[in-house]
Amino acid sequence: MAHLLEVRDLRVRFRSDRTIIHAVNGITYNLDEGGSLAIVGESGSGKSVGMLAIMGLIPNPPGWVESGEAIFNGKDLLKMSEADLRKIRGKEIAMVFQDPMTSLNPVLPVGLQLTEAIQSHLGMTREQAVERAIEMLRLVGLPNPAQRIKDFPFQFSGGQRQRIMIAMALSCNPSLLIADEPTTALDVTIQAQIVELVRELQQKLGMAIIWISHNLGLVAGVVENVIVMYSGFIVEQAPVDDLYERPLHPYTLGLLHAVPKLDQQNQERLASIEGMPPDLRKPIVGCPFAPRCPYRQEKCEQEIPPLFETGENRRSACWRWQELTRINTFGEPL
Amino acid sequence: MTLQSTLLQIKNLKVHFPIQRGVFRRQVGSIKAVDGVSFDIFKGETLGLVGESGCGKSTTGLAILRLQALSGGQVFYEGQDISSLTEQQMRKMRRHMMMIFQDPYSSLNPRMTIGSIIGEPLNVFKIGTTKERAERVEELLHLVGLNPAFINRYPHEFSGGQRQRIGIARALATNPSFIVADEPISALDVSIQAQVVNLLDDLKNKLGLTYLFIAHDLSMVRYISNRVAVMYLGKIMELGDRNTVFDQSLHPYTRALLSAVPIANPKKERNRQRIILKGDVPSPANPPAGCRFHPRCAFATDICSQTEPALRNLGSDSGSQHWVACHHAERLG
Repeated sequence: MAHLLEVRDLRVRFRSDRTIIHAVNGITYNLDEGGSLAIVGESGSGKSVGMLAIMGLIPNPPGWVESGEAIFNGKDLLKMSEADLRKIRGKEIAMVFQDPMTSLNPVLPVGLQLTEAIQSHLGMTREQAVERAIEMLRLVGLPNPAQRIKDFPFQFSGGQRQRIMIAMALSCNPSLLIADEPTTALDVTIQAQIVELVRELQQKLGMAIIWISHNLGLVAGVVENVIVMYSGFIVEQAPVDDLYERPLHPYTLGLLHAVPKLDQQNQERLASIEGMPPDLRKPIVGCPFAPRCPYRQEKCEQEIPPLFETGENRRSACWRWQELTRINTFGEPL
Repeated sequence: MTLQSTLLQIKNLKVHFPIQRGVFRRQVGSIKAVDGVSFDIFKGETLGLVGESGCGKSTTGLAILRLQALSGGQVFYEGQDISSLTEQQMRKMRRHMMMIFQDPYSSLNPRMTIGSIIGEPLNVFKIGTTKERAERVEELLHLVGLNPAFINRYPHEFSGGQRQRIGIARALATNPSFIVADEPISALDVSIQAQVVNLLDDLKNKLGLTYLFIAHDLSMVRYISNRVAVMYLGKIMELGDRNTVFDQSLHPYTRALLSAVPIANPKKERNRQRIILKGDVPSPANPPAGCRFHPRCAFATDICSQTEPALRNLGSDSGSQHWVACHHAERLG
C-alpha cells in the first residue's frame, strides 16, 4: 500500500535565551493510507512538536525546522508555501487538540466556527455548509444539533466540546486525522466515550489517524502501530501487540513496569525509572536514556545508537536490544 | 484480619456552596459539593478516594482538615470532635494532620528557599530551637531522597518530581499521623509518578502514617490503597477493601468507571466489554432525585428515581465491610 505520510529525518530546534533546545532530533516514520499510529512519550519528548512541524505550525521565532522532509501524498509539506499549506490543513489533514476549552473561539457560536472551515475548503454555500455542520454534529453524537448549532462554547460540557472539535476536524473528509492528547483534559468515563467515537468514525470514514498520547494504556486498544519517543528521538517502534508483549527498549520496558495494573491483586512494588529526562539544552552524547538505564554500558554513554531494524516492522534504538529479548522485567540484570 | 482502631470518623459530612444572584447577592440555591458523606479511616491504612472531577473528593479532603468550612456533619479525630473546635483550638490540632497538594508548582512559595519552606511548619508550631529545626529540615530532606546540600536553593531550580518531594517533606515536618494527599502524582510524568508513589508508601511504613489518598487514576489507587471509596456527585457510592471494590464491585457506577479505564495490554483491551455511560455528570446544584446516578444507569428502575438508596454494608460474615449505595446491589452481585 502507498504511504500516505513519510517523515524523513525531521529535526526541530527552538531558541531560548542564549541556548538552543533540541526538541526533535531526526525522526523517520511512515504511515499508510487508512492506517493508525500512536506516538507515545512524556512531556518534552517531542511528540507534539514533531507533529506541529509537519503542519507548519511551529512559530518562527523561536522555533524552526532544521532539516527533514514530510512527504504527504507525494508532496513535501515542509517545502510548501503557506498558502498551499493552508489548503491542506483542515481539509486533507485535520487536527484535534488536547484542550477543548481553549481551542474553540468563546465569542462565536459553534455553528459559525464549523461552517467557516466547510465553506472555505469545500466551496459550499452558507445553507449547504449549515446542513453539513448539522450532519457532522449528529455524526459525533451531539443531541439536538439543529438547535445547538447556535449555542456558544461555554454552553457545552468538556466532552461535548471535544465532540464539536472532532466534528469540525472531520467536516472536510480529511485523509489524515491527528489527535493530540484529545482526552487528557477529560474524565475517564468521558474519555471512554470519545475514544469509542473516534474508533467508530475511523472505521466508518476510513481515514488514517495519528494518536499522540502520554498514556500507554489508552493507545493499546486504538492503534495498529506505536512509536515511543524520548527526548526528541524515536527509541522504539513496533506493532501494538509486540510492543506490549516484548518491548525491545529499556525505556519502553521501564514505562510498562512503572504503571500499576488495574486488574491485578497484590502487586509488587512499582519498578520506577530513576532520575529525570535529559536537559534538551545540552548536546546529547550517547544514548539519551543511558543515565537512567539499568542496562547501560560504556558504549551507551559514548555513541548514540541508531534505530536498529529488529524484526518485521520493528525498530529499537538500543545497543543491547538483542540481549533485551531475553528479559521482561525492568531492572533485572542481563 | 486484626481488629483495626479508628483514627478518623466522618459522620454525615456536608459542604454546600451558596449560589448568589443579583445586586443584593441573594442566595438562590446551593452547590452540594459534598452531601452527607460518612466513613471511617483506620490507623495505618491508606484510604483511596476516587471519582470524576466535580464529585466532591477534594472538598471532602479539605473539609476533614477543616480547611473548608463544613455545612453540616462531624469529624472525629481519635474520638475528639474536631468539627466543633474554635479556629484557635483547631490550629493546635493541625500539626497532627497535614496535606500534600496536587500542583507542585503553585504550592511552593517561589521566593522562599526550600529550607525555609520545609521548616515553616516548625516555626508556626514553635517546635524546637533554631538549631534543632535546622537539623530536622536536613533530616527531612534526606528522608524524601533529596540532597541536604540543596537547602538554600529555590523551588524553580527543581523538577516537578523533586518539588513534590519538597511538598512531602513539608507535610512531614511536624510528625503528623494523618495526611491528606490530594492528587499528589497527577501533575507528574509517568516515569516520575512511580518514584513518588513508592516514596509515599515507604514513608507510610517507616513512620506509621495514615493516608487519605485522593486521585482519579484508578490503577494507582488500587496499587497504593488498602480500602477504596468511590464518590459520585457528593455521595459515596461504594466503599470496601481494594480487591473487593475492583474485582467484585456491586455498584453500577463503579463498574462503569472501572471499565472506562484503559489497560496497557492490547489483547485484553480488544476483548473488553466496555460500559459506555451516556451523557455527562449532572450539576451538583440540582442533583437528580432518588439515586444520583439513575439518569445514566443501565439498571435503573422506578424506585431509583424516587428513593435515595442508603449506603448499606453487604460484606460477608467474616467481618470485612463492603458498603454499597444501590437498590439493586444484591441483584448485581
